Amino acid sequence: MMSELAESNRAVVDDAPPRSRWLPWRKQLLRDKKALFGLIVLAVLTLTAILAPLIAPYDPNAMDFMMMEGPSLAHPLGVDDLGRDLLSRLIHGSRISLFVGFSTVALALIAGVALGVIAGYFGGIADTIIMRYIDLQWAFPNFIIAVYLVAVFGTGLANVIVAVSLAFVDDFARIARGMVLTIKQEQYVDAARTLGASHNRIMWRHILPNATAPIIVQATVSVSYAILAEAGLSFLGLGVEADTPTWGLILADGRSFISRAWWIGVFPGLFIMITVLSINFLGDAMRDVLDVREVKAD
Amino acid sequence: MAGYLLRRSIGAVIVMWAVATLVFFMMRVVPGDPIAAMLFDVGDAAAIEAVKRKLGLDQPIWVQYLKWFGLVLQGDFGTSLYGSRIEVSRIVVEALPRTLSLAGLSFIIAMVIAVPAGLISAIRKHSGLDHTVTIIAFLGLSMPDFWLGIMLIIVFAANLQWLPAIGYAPLSEGFWAWLSHLILPSIAVGTAFAAIIARMIRSAMLEVLKTDYITVARSKGLLNWRVIIVHAFPNALIPVVTVMGIAVALLMAGAVVVENVFAIKGLGRVLIESILNRDYPVVQGAILAVSAIFVFANLLVDVLYTVIDPRIRYE
Repeated sequence: MMSELAESNRAVVDDAPPRSRWLPWRKQLLRDKKALFGLIVLAVLTLTAILAPLIAPYDPNAMDFMMMEGPSLAHPLGVDDLGRDLLSRLIHGSRISLFVGFSTVALALIAGVALGVIAGYFGGIADTIIMRYIDLQWAFPNFIIAVYLVAVFGTGLANVIVAVSLAFVDDFARIARGMVLTIKQEQYVDAARTLGASHNRIMWRHILPNATAPIIVQATVSVSYAILAEAGLSFLGLGVEADTPTWGLILADGRSFISRAWWIGVFPGLFIMITVLSINFLGDAMRDVLDVREVKAD
Repeated sequence: MAGYLLRRSIGAVIVMWAVATLVFFMMRVVPGDPIAAMLFDVGDAAAIEAVKRKLGLDQPIWVQYLKWFGLVLQGDFGTSLYGSRIEVSRIVVEALPRTLSLAGLSFIIAMVIAVPAGLISAIRKHSGLDHTVTIIAFLGLSMPDFWLGIMLIIVFAANLQWLPAIGYAPLSEGFWAWLSHLILPSIAVGTAFAAIIARMIRSAMLEVLKTDYITVARSKGLLNWRVIIVHAFPNALIPVVTVMGIAVALLMAGAVVVENVFAIKGLGRVLIESILNRDYPVVQGAILAVSAIFVFANLLVDVLYTVIDPRIRYE
């Protein structure tokens, strides 16, 4: 009987990895090979970013007389057109990429969730005003919104962070609002209200904690899109100040020399790709473990 | 249907009006004075006043807004601040076919890759082939499109010299000239899109293959390929069509970036160059043109749903 049940159960979920309802989701996550790979790569990258000045073999701005040398023992990833060590520049670049990735998503999450919860909870005129704006932004890809905002605010690290965070607000607002609309109907919310809990208490203590799963998944995936957005903006010259070592900017500088120095073009992109890939692996595994449906993909 | 179409069209017009208005007002509250940019910071106060009066910038902002909006409605977006003061509308009209060619070809290349990949992945579920497709899809999704463009230039243009590295040739110069300039950028733009569609077709096919009517079709003794292509695949396309709006947006966003890698003077290149030059009239025109494409594409996709899936009805 039990084994039959287990068999039929497996047939239903045969496309998803076998999972248990009793294991906490963090443990389940560590059982997923892709998630584990993602976590390890992210941990190494984060450590590299924090310890960049200690790990990097050279000063990222120090110039050498040997310009555009290919990878060698002294310079594992080669030297750029000004004689600067590429590996050191990429290690320092990880600081900006990860910082922008995490900080923009944190800002977008706070603003978006606040807007979405308020819109969903109060409804009426607040909902109409907030969602009119969110829908307007929703009509455009995040990256394009970020480009528009940089066009208005100007370039530079602080402006890029503001632009990219604002560009991601709509994703979080829509998810939070949708969750609140469902949870608002639950009996425990009625119970809290009957007991005299304030709107603030109901919104942030009773509703929000039950709406976290899709928000966590969206936040994870958004970090990878935010890193791609920063790299894209920097590549286009709309990002951080020139000469700052960031992955997008190093790549943009290397573009002029690709026929003579392939390594300047290849390695920055590989760094971006591995980072984004590991976050995507993590996000995908979280979606399975937390049982969240596919969210917006741009 | 006609009522739905009308309501959606009005909605699209309102979105465009909102974008135009936001762009107008935000451009005027930002630091970085366009007049200063025009005079290259050398103009004295009197000269600046004269230019301001000439351009109507001494009037209240709402008068400026109404005037500007009236001109925009007539298709007049002003002229570039630089060079021969070329009209913004002409820049946009020249750039448009380049961007649309790139996005269109990216779509075709992506679908040609994604549909078979997704189908094979679903039919041979959990096989080595399926895992390979999955990993390639993840890589494609994680690759920056501009970097992929550079890699393609290194391999196929610089080393193998099969295709031109940069530029654009209009169709009037011949089909091959046009196509050869677009192949590499289209692959760069379409790869992420192909990855999403392949994954989506895979999961949609797996859902459909579990349904009763497929079992019926199989038990009737139909050939396997017939069941998959004729019975299952069309229904697996429905969820794919529902994300088409997002997908078109993704292609356009990709085109905006990749045009800059391949020096194709489409809308994306015009947009980025004008931002870098602080050429505000061109920035406004490019933003409005790019936005119009998104709004129109979304509208088109929504209307297409009803054609592809007759079960969807809008009142």
